[in-house]
Parts: sequence; C-alpha cells; structure tokens
Amino acid sequence: MRELLTGWGRTAPTAADVIRPATAEEVVAALADGEPRGAIARGLGRAYGDAAQNAGGHVLSTLALGGVEWADEQAGLVRVSGGTSLDSIQRFLVPQGWALPVLPGTRHVTVGGAVAADVHGKNHRVDGSFARHLAQLTLALPDGVHRASPAEDPDLFWATVGGLGLTGVVLDAVLAARPIQTAFVRVATRRAVDLDAVLAGLEEAAGRHRYAVAWIDGMARGRGVVAGGDDALTADLPAAARRAPLARVEGRHLAVPSWLPGAPMPPVAVAALNELRWRRAPSAETTTVEPLERFLFPLDAVDGWNRLYGRSGFVQYQFAVPAHAADLIGTALDRLARAGCAPLLAVLKRFGAADAAPLSFPIPGWTLALDLPAALPGLAVALDGLDELVAAAGGRVYLAKDARLRPDLVEAMYPALDAWRAVKARVDPAGVLTSDLGRRLGLVG
Amino acid sequence: MNDAQGSPQTVLVFGGTSEIAQALLRRLAARRAHTVVLAGRDPVALEAVATRLRVVGVTAVHTVAFEATDTDSHGRLVDDAFDRLGDVDLTLIAFGALGDQAALEADPAAAALLARVNYVAAVSVGLAVAARLRVQGHGNLVALSSVAAERPRRSNFVYGSSKAGMDAFFRGLGDALRGSGARVIVVRPGFVHTRMTAGMTPQPFATTPDAVADTIVRGLETGAETVWAPPILRWVMTVLRHLPAPIFRRLDRT
Repeated sequence: MRELLTGWGRTAPTAADVIRPATAEEVVAALADGEPRGAIARGLGRAYGDAAQNAGGHVLSTLALGGVEWADEQAGLVRVSGGTSLDSIQRFLVPQGWALPVLPGTRHVTVGGAVAADVHGKNHRVDGSFARHLAQLTLALPDGVHRASPAEDPDLFWATVGGLGLTGVVLDAVLAARPIQTAFVRVATRRAVDLDAVLAGLEEAAGRHRYAVAWIDGMARGRGVVAGGDDALTADLPAAARRAPLARVEGRHLAVPSWLPGAPMPPVAVAALNELRWRRAPSAETTTVEPLERFLFPLDAVDGWNRLYGRSGFVQYQFAVPAHAADLIGTALDRLARAGCAPLLAVLKRFGAADAAPLSFPIPGWTLALDLPAALPGLAVALDGLDELVAAAGGRVYLAKDARLRPDLVEAMYPALDAWRAVKARVDPAGVLTSDLGRRLGLVG
Repeated sequence: MNDAQGSPQTVLVFGGTSEIAQALLRRLAARRAHTVVLAGRDPVALEAVATRLRVVGVTAVHTVAFEATDTDSHGRLVDDAFDRLGDVDLTLIAFGALGDQAALEADPAAAALLARVNYVAAVSVGLAVAARLRVQGHGNLVALSSVAAERPRRSNFVYGSSKAGMDAFFRGLGDALRGSGARVIVVRPGFVHTRMTAGMTPQPFATTPDAVADTIVRGLETGAETVWAPPILRWVMTVLRHLPAPIFRRLDRT
C-alpha cells in the first residue's frame, strides 16, 4: 500500500509502497520482484532524515521480523531478528543481569537500524559503536541470504555496518551483551558556565566515567551541564531498590498532544526551558543514582517529541571532528546564533577509536548534535557553510541523521566511500537497494 | 531528491525564459540544483538562459522546444523530460501571456488564444507532470499564478480570468496529489517589473523577479501551499476580495 513517509524530523515526505515481510524468504522475494525503483528496509522510523524512505519504490517494514533468544548464554551472545527493537532486547536481557553495551539516545530503534547507522552511545570512548559488539549478520540481498561477520566476508560485514541499509536487509544478528549488577547508573552532574568549561568538564568526565555527555544551551553562548555515569553496583542503590536491582523503573510518561499548533516552539519558550534546565543542575559536582534507561534515553520520556518542532519539521545536524579541531564546536554555535538559527537542543559527546566500517560515523574526537527547526530562515545557507568547515577539518556529518548535506562533500567526509561502493557493486549489482538518502547524496547510481 | 529545506537537484521549467524562472533557477543553482531542463518557444532565448545557468554552476542544462497551444505534444514532451532527468524534483510552470486588455476585447480570437496559453495549456502540462510525480512518489510542482486570479478587474479581466482558471486548477491538483509524495505550490505575484510589464504603470506593492524568487524559495522551505509575492498581498487581497462591488470598481478605476 502506498504510504507517505518521512524520517523522525518530519521533513521531505515521499510516498512508497510499504511491504511487511514476515519471513526471510518474503524479504528476498520482495527484493527480487523487479520493482524498477528498488527497495529499502525501514524499522521504527527513528532516522531523522530520508535514510528509510524510497520514493516511488518499495519500503520493507521489518517490524514483523522480531524475536530475541540466547545464542550462547554463557558467553552472553544473543540472536535477534532485524526488526527487533533495542527496547525488547533490553527487556529480555536486563532481568537476567545482562545489557546491550551500546545504546543510542532512544531505545525505539531496531537492530537493523542500529546496524545501518552503526549507532553510538554516551560511552563511545570506552565501548565503541554498535559494530564492536556485533558478532554476525544474516542479510537478505536480491540473490538470496548472505552471512557476514568480521571473519566471514568481512568486506560485506563492514560495508553493512553504517551502510544505511544499502548493502542488504538485516534478517538477524548475533550481539554480545555485557553483564550488569543493577539497572542503575551513578551519575555525577555539574554545571559549566561557558563552552570552555563544558569542553574541559566533558574531557575530564569522559576520562573518568564509562558514560559522558554534555548538554549545551545553544541560546546562551555555550554554557551547559556535564554528566558522567558508571554502572551502579548493588551497594550503591537505595535500600528499597536493592531487593530488585535489575527491575525496570517505569518513569513518568508524557505525550505531545496532536492538537499542537503547526509552528515550532517559540524561542522564548525554549530559552525559558533552557534556563530552568541549567538552574536545576548543581554548580558543584553531585552524584545521584538513576535508572540506566532514564539516563540513556531522556527523550523517550516524551512520546512524539518530534512534533514539538511544528509542521515544517526539524533537522538534526550532527558532526564529528578530530580532537584538535575542537574549536569548530564554538564556531558552529556562534555561526548559527549569528544567523538567527540557535539550536533548540545541543548535545556534545567525546568519541574514541573508530571501527573499520567505511561509512561508520564516529572518529576519535568530539561530536556535536544540534536540533534545528528545518524552516528557520537562513538555516540552509548556514549549514552549507558548516559542512565545508567540518569537511576541511577532517570531520564528517552523521549520514543516518542527515536530511540536507551537500552531496559534493560526502567523499571528503568519508574517504573510504570508494571501498564501500565496490562492495555495494559486488553484492547488489542491479542497485535494488536504494533510498531517498542514497539518491540525494549520490551514494547509489 | 529534494532535501529537508525543499532544495531540488533536478528542475524542469516550462517557460524557461521567464524572468521569475531565471531568478528562481539562479537561487536553486546556488543550493543543490545540478541538472535543468528548460522548455520554451524561442530556442535562441532559451540557449542564452542555459548559458547563464552553466556559468552559475548548473552542470547540465538541456533546452527543449515547447509550444503551449500544441496540447497534443505535451504528454510526450513531459515524458521525455522526466526520462532525461531521471527524477524531477521541481517542476516550474512559468509560461503565460499578459496581453493588452483593450486589444483582447476587440479581438475575440486573440483573447481565446491567451486563455488557451494561460489556462488550457497549464491544465494539459499540469496533468502530464502530475502523472509522472505520482510514479516517482515525490516532487514539487510550482505554478506561477497571479493576484489577478483572486478577483476580476475591469482593467485586465481576460488575463485575470485565465489565471483564475489556472490557479483553481493547480489548487485542486494539489489536493488530488495529497498522499502521493508530490506537492503543488501556487505562487501569486502582484505587479512584477519584467519585460512583460515594461511600459505599464506599476500597481501598489510592485515587486521584482528576484523578490518573487525569494518568496518561492521560502515557500519550498516552509511547505507552503500558496505563496504571495510580496507576502503582504495575502492580506491585501483578503480585504479586496470581500469589498462590495461598487467600492471595488471605484478602487479599480484609480
């Protein structure tokens, strides 16, 4: 059935025929049916841009491909289907004393999506990105089912990690979990008065804690709040929680009403919320114990928060730059503020070593993620300018979140693109797997 | 593909020598547009526009002969253009004739011809384009209407009525295309200083092709269905539309 689809940012809607295969055979059959405009897999639609859209062609919803089971319980290996959400996997693992080592900012993504984006968490410096804990992939391609792992067809494995779904539909994956004592984290939080203090605080926190993240007030010259987190041990928990240290704590759940006006939140409201957020944070470092999921997924507490940005939607501009180019973070915030495009949300993280995937986003250094209403006057030009600075600094923009990157800069940002293209040409010579993002950025023919 | 800010990579223009079209193309070329097909009547003038677009960075510019009154040729022409471009991210309907009201009133055949160009041809091209947009599942269709479409005036009602028909057609087409991934944007400029209006007395809120193009780019960013140029005309025309006829006639005479 033809459906109008957008990414999480709700920009650039396009229509595609959505198919819901329930078995591996149905996925392969859907890829081999000769649709001239090709196909792309789509999970929970959390990619911000057009990565899981395929105008005029087929979109394969993977949500019927669900399931989690132990592949090797002793070793902590789980076998999960491509359409399984990380939330379901956590619900399976955590009560048994295990957790996924890498979780992005929302648990509402599928395994296929996590692989396609090679997602990272607040612990990249310690634990790397999703691929580091990925033992094996089973992929559907037009000519049938393929296996790939770091040992078996490593080129296909690494092309698929971060490969935006263009080198196969993830049917299932084997993931390595890590043991945990409790479902809580000890979080050390403190305010930072300006951007320099944020950078220094985050650098220090990333060296000392497993998790480290900074929230920046994009409307107030870069002051922020730095948080570092570590697994809480049973002894760290309040007495009440010690009896069931692995129990899930359901937080308050809010939903954005559907009658919201078509315009994004006015800047004055955002400034007020930012002020509140900053003032609530302690000026001297304070340690609290929080449920892991509340710490990792703050935005999951509000259903449909993407609607807060109004009818024209929003873009999330996330870039990474090497450590020596940290000044670009301030430059980016300054430039956007001067263009009248201050971000509504700005999150800064530290990246550790990259993996071997040609299109994987993380590189050692810093990453800044900015939420910006898409229709801000002047934003298009301002971001085009930032693309250039990021590329010149040896950095890159996160393709899985992209909705507007300058196509001529993709090759500079991802210098191994040709190696990726060679694998794509080998496994999908007819170019069946394609997407709006792939077309827009010229990744596919 | 169009990006999150409505910037197209491939553009098809009917009425390629229109000054508003050229102003819009210059802006789109500065963003993402790399391939353009210009359809129009005068091959020499089209080629001149093509040359200027290549200078501002459009990689590929093609020109094709387009005769608005030859509606039988439109389906084929639209198909060829789409086949050549792969996907068409933005189609601009920019052809049209203004005519001289007094001369048109004295020459019914000339008036009928103007209506065929401004309305009939727009219907034929619009439907052919819409069929291809449905197949590709995305694309913006920008139709240059006029404030004259809003309420007939003694001084230009032949032109105004043709634009009123065209305007209504594209608004309806926009509704028909909902859910298809394609989107129609109806642009209603006021008096624009161009070749077409040279020598005429400018009306209040007169504007320029560059300013009109800016408002279209803005409309692409915001996802507007109707774009007024200058934007204040939306409110001016809202008032004028509801004026009692005797008062409207008196204003129209001045």
